[in-house]
Amino acid sequence: MLTLKKVSKTFNPGTVNEKKALDQVNLELADGDFATIVGSNGAGKSTLFNAITGAFYVDEGQIILAGEDITYKKEHLRSKVIGHLFQDPLKGTAPRMTIEENMALAYLRASTASHAYFSRISGREKQMFREQLSLLDMGLEDRMKQPVGLLSGGQRQALTLLMATMVTPRILLLDEHTAALDPATAAKVLDLTRRIVAERKITCLMVTHNMHQALELGNRTLMMDGGSIVFDVQGKEREKLTIDDLLKQFQDNAGKQLDNDRILLSR
Amino acid sequence: MSSIFTLSILQSALELGCIYSLVALALFISFSILNIADLSTDGCFTLGCSVGAVVTIAGHPFLAFPAAMAAGVCSGYVTAFLQTKMGVPSILAGIIVNTGLYTVNIAVMGFSSNVNLFGCDTVFSLAKDLSGAAWYTDWYKIGIVALIVIVIGLILTWFLNTRLGLSIRATGDNEHMVRASSINPVFTITVGLCVANSLTALSGAILAQYQKSCDINLGTGMVTIALASLIIGETLIGKGGMFKKITGVILGSCLYRFIVAIALRLSVPAECLKLVSALIVAFAIAFPYMKGKASFYRSRRMAASAVGEDGDDVC
Repeated sequence: MLTLKKVSKTFNPGTVNEKKALDQVNLELADGDFATIVGSNGAGKSTLFNAITGAFYVDEGQIILAGEDITYKKEHLRSKVIGHLFQDPLKGTAPRMTIEENMALAYLRASTASHAYFSRISGREKQMFREQLSLLDMGLEDRMKQPVGLLSGGQRQALTLLMATMVTPRILLLDEHTAALDPATAAKVLDLTRRIVAERKITCLMVTHNMHQALELGNRTLMMDGGSIVFDVQGKEREKLTIDDLLKQFQDNAGKQLDNDRILLSR
Repeated sequence: MSSIFTLSILQSALELGCIYSLVALALFISFSILNIADLSTDGCFTLGCSVGAVVTIAGHPFLAFPAAMAAGVCSGYVTAFLQTKMGVPSILAGIIVNTGLYTVNIAVMGFSSNVNLFGCDTVFSLAKDLSGAAWYTDWYKIGIVALIVIVIGLILTWFLNTRLGLSIRATGDNEHMVRASSINPVFTITVGLCVANSLTALSGAILAQYQKSCDINLGTGMVTIALASLIIGETLIGKGGMFKKITGVILGSCLYRFIVAIALRLSVPAECLKLVSALIVAFAIAFPYMKGKASFYRSRRMAASAVGEDGDDVC
């Protein structure tokens, strides 16, 4: 589904702040793969996502999504088939627009032809939004006319997830999307993620700092360090892997002691 | 003093309020929705006025409106082009276009600083001849401008709820969301500014026919006046859907004209009008903030008095 061939990106080249954020990254995701990504801060996880979504163009390499070379495709054209959730729950929704309008935007952008500028949301679609919202079990279906700015972070993140998957994306990128939520809400959003991804068989990449999640969710685990993927495990081998093994792998591959409290504490 | 609220004051406040409300609606799109301070408003208003005047003089009073709107679209497009394709900061883009428009406006009026429409057919003069009834001669002007504003308001409400309209609204609301959605901000900003400036220019064209003249300095301070109307309207209406907000902007514009009319009536000299406008804008913007501050002080005072005698560490 997604293929990255020798993708590299250097920020601020030629200055003292030069940073090789992605270094010859190769990745091959099969259709329906759900891979978790771990790695310390600055390992290149978010940069990898931004390279896929097109926030910048990569210096070298090739990105192929569902058979189409998207290396030089514009960001807004790519995002039609890519769902992207950020760590900050405020980033995924427009606060001054109502829940209904946010959903309409997400639905209209992906479901109608690109030239259908004047299409409007119909009563039948509103009914569909209501049904989808009721699946969240957060009472949002009765607040569809309220601006999203009034919702809590957890509610907004759940809504963002719903919007990103309302029209099934080719790939879903989750960038620590539960990290800023309280434990109960995080569990709820994570459960929702698991359910939606499984039901629709969405190909998914998820960054996490939680080692337990990294092994338990999905069917594959990637580890990044210094801008490359240093460890890639799936199948039987992954099933046998324990959190301690993963931490050891981390040290072996990265060749250094863990300096990231969040990884250590999230065991 | 009992004659402050005469019928003619009410009428002219409503007429001018409706005409200028189109500029307020334009700023509603650029300033409130897109979050861009479009400072080309002054020049664009004069552009609409001069184009409207010239086309009217040429004998096409009805064509004057779409012609002015087309000119406004061009002006908005240039502003948008500068900021989306050329990397010019949005405020600077507006100022640059505004400066350039001065020459354009002079050129449109045949390199003269004013033109007048006396003796030409205007929409107003044509409508005046329809009936001689007393009530009609009193109210036909309001009827025409109100009709135009209502139609524009309805179209705008419809437009802002279409997919394109929702995209424009999201563009000014959450930049991150826009980048993650398949919205092209270059396109939405361009469309938004074109629509906004077409309304500004339409307002200018209506004014040209209404006062039967056009002057190069007509638009000076227009952005402040429109902002005042917009903020009065938003304070007046508060939260609500697009229809409610648009209605609020139009009412705000009428209310602003009413305040100005009363100020004039209280023998404020006409030369001081801009200062009065500036004061009204400053007050309208500061009012909601001061209200919040006042309630903070009130609750702090109440907390202090509740703690009472032993509350010595209340600051």
